[in-house]
Amino acid sequence: MAKMTYIKAITSGLDQVLSDDPKTLIFGEDVGKNGGVFRTTVDLQDKFGEDRVFDTPLAESGILGLAIGLSLTGWRPIPEIQFMGFTFEAMDGIVGQLARDHYRFGGQKNFPVTIRTPFGGGTHTAEMHADNLENYFVSTPGLRVVTASNPYDAKGLVISAVESDDPVLFMENLKLYRSMKDEVPDDKYTVPLDSAKVVREGTDITLVAYSAEVNEALTAADALAKDNISAEVIDLRSLSPIDTDTIYASIDKTHKVVVIQEAQRMAGVGAVVASDIAEDKIMSLDAPIGRVAAPDSVYPFAQAENDWIPNSDDIEAKAREIFNY
Amino acid sequence: MANGSKQIVDFAKIKATMADPYKHPVQVINGDGKVVDPDTLAKYSDDQLVDFMKKMVWERTLHEQTMNFSRQGRLGFYAPTAGEEASEMGSVTAFKDQDFLLPAYRDLPQMIQHGTTVAKGFLWSKGHVSGNQYENPNMLFPQIIIGAQYAETAGVALGIQKNGDKDRVAFVYTGDGGTSQGDWYEGINFTSAYQAPAVFFVQNNGWAISVPRKKQTAAETLAQKAVAMGVPSVQVDGMDIVAVHEVAKAARDFAVAGNGPVVIETLTYRYGAHSSAGDDPSRYRTDEETKPWFDADPLIRMRKVLTDKGVWSQDQEDKLVDQYKDEFKDAMKEAEAAPAQKVSDFLKWTYNVPTPAVKKQIAEFEAKESK
Repeated sequence: MAKMTYIKAITSGLDQVLSDDPKTLIFGEDVGKNGGVFRTTVDLQDKFGEDRVFDTPLAESGILGLAIGLSLTGWRPIPEIQFMGFTFEAMDGIVGQLARDHYRFGGQKNFPVTIRTPFGGGTHTAEMHADNLENYFVSTPGLRVVTASNPYDAKGLVISAVESDDPVLFMENLKLYRSMKDEVPDDKYTVPLDSAKVVREGTDITLVAYSAEVNEALTAADALAKDNISAEVIDLRSLSPIDTDTIYASIDKTHKVVVIQEAQRMAGVGAVVASDIAEDKIMSLDAPIGRVAAPDSVYPFAQAENDWIPNSDDIEAKAREIFNY
Repeated sequence: MANGSKQIVDFAKIKATMADPYKHPVQVINGDGKVVDPDTLAKYSDDQLVDFMKKMVWERTLHEQTMNFSRQGRLGFYAPTAGEEASEMGSVTAFKDQDFLLPAYRDLPQMIQHGTTVAKGFLWSKGHVSGNQYENPNMLFPQIIIGAQYAETAGVALGIQKNGDKDRVAFVYTGDGGTSQGDWYEGINFTSAYQAPAVFFVQNNGWAISVPRKKQTAAETLAQKAVAMGVPSVQVDGMDIVAVHEVAKAARDFAVAGNGPVVIETLTYRYGAHSSAGDDPSRYRTDEETKPWFDADPLIRMRKVLTDKGVWSQDQEDKLVDQYKDEFKDAMKEAEAAPAQKVSDFLKWTYNVPTPAVKKQIAEFEAKESK
């Protein structure tokens, strides 16, 4: 076991799947010799050859077309879309084609594509590099959407994503790439694609979050603990499907819940979670469902990011409000 | 700079000459049924030429029968194919079973030739999943999002190359309108960048629903667009089945030899409406405009060549038409007898491993369906 950054954990997972299955292919803009603009695929071309890890022309829709066509000829593609903001260029490929193709064939053919893409605010990027765009994809039948909040899950999830015969959108948090280190096994392990995880146990209130906001929620939970408010923190890990069982078990214990996302309030994975809770668990709640989300403006100009992205203070304030309701 | 001094670049001249290599579409039999390239025609036996004619009669009869079925309300979305028989049958017959076909919605005739049945073609039109399940696995369903099939062709071609298949290509169709799509360029360009084996067909039938070819682009030909991607291309008389077949075969040979892709523009015409769903061509084109194309009909010219050779008769053709009509009527009966579809199956096919929510919905629908 070694301490590994979030990004190294992903690289380690990719190394694993390339070793395990000779039909896996990594491709995208700059992923080859350069090892990706963030070095996520660093050294993989040297190790596995240009046949398995290769650059594409600069066109995201073409990259998705490539992934679908490679699936049709027996390959297991792992395309990278360099930034999640660029997925708009590949929207038909992802939503109009890939997510529907297994269904279109009446289940006859599989499209085992894992689309990796970095997202998330807080690193002062150029425009269209940091947006949380998951909402466009979680409402797409046929597509799985996962994202890790820590290095351990990042490696285990990327391996599961590639091994899955369903198309998976694997969202990599930009801010966590190098800001987070963790014990990560060198050996192979997997994290299930459709399960949330209780990352901190508590009894008074449930905080549901994903990706970087999990860490904000944990910081908020520390602050709440000082006032003897015991918060349970759940990391969704899978945004589609949502593991409601884990959330509901927690609510049955705490009877209070706050749902947190970095995306704008109107772009709502949180809204889906809140509506599920309202439908199935309202009788178990002692207070309204709380929500923490970014405001409904376009993603902010970089200098103002920290005024916009929900942080641990926002979560703590909302948790106190719901706890004291 | 003084007027009249020599300019460093003459854009007017470049513009005026850039279509020069495309001035003479490949042709073997002209619109009057005259053989203009006897050497090429001589490469084909009478049996082969008769087979071409049979396939065109088959496709024309399929068109007429599907229009009848549409009027009777027995088909869903269907794109008429009359006028495009030489382009479609001439091209698809140049490929082998192992070649991978990526069709668009006007390409059911090629799909049936490549490895599905007429009944399944009808089921696709009616909206039934079994219309998408083929005898030949080397085929994708008809693409509705014009251009997407071009992007996907790049992946199939690269997959073929990576698998080391030496006698296999991807082949794909779109129309003149499709060449305006970004995916059209991306697909050809990716395939070219990897020098992967694919043949890209543009069936230029003059119309993208109501928008004429000249409004799609100022480029004089669609074929010349391929030059920008480093891909050789050609215009072929798309009403001349021998020319189309000959060009398609040469393109396949070129691609399987590892030379990268080819783009073929077939000059053809859509006699009928865009689709069976309410398009009325009289709103946007006149009989005067369409007449030359009807005169250049691919069946008329082939009929003349074969009749001159003494290997074809009207009586023989009439019998074939009757035989094909019966086959299509039987296929429709087969399609109409297909089992009802179940929403629970749709849910099962949405994911390989159903999500918890989908599992619940499967159970709900199965309970309803078993009543």
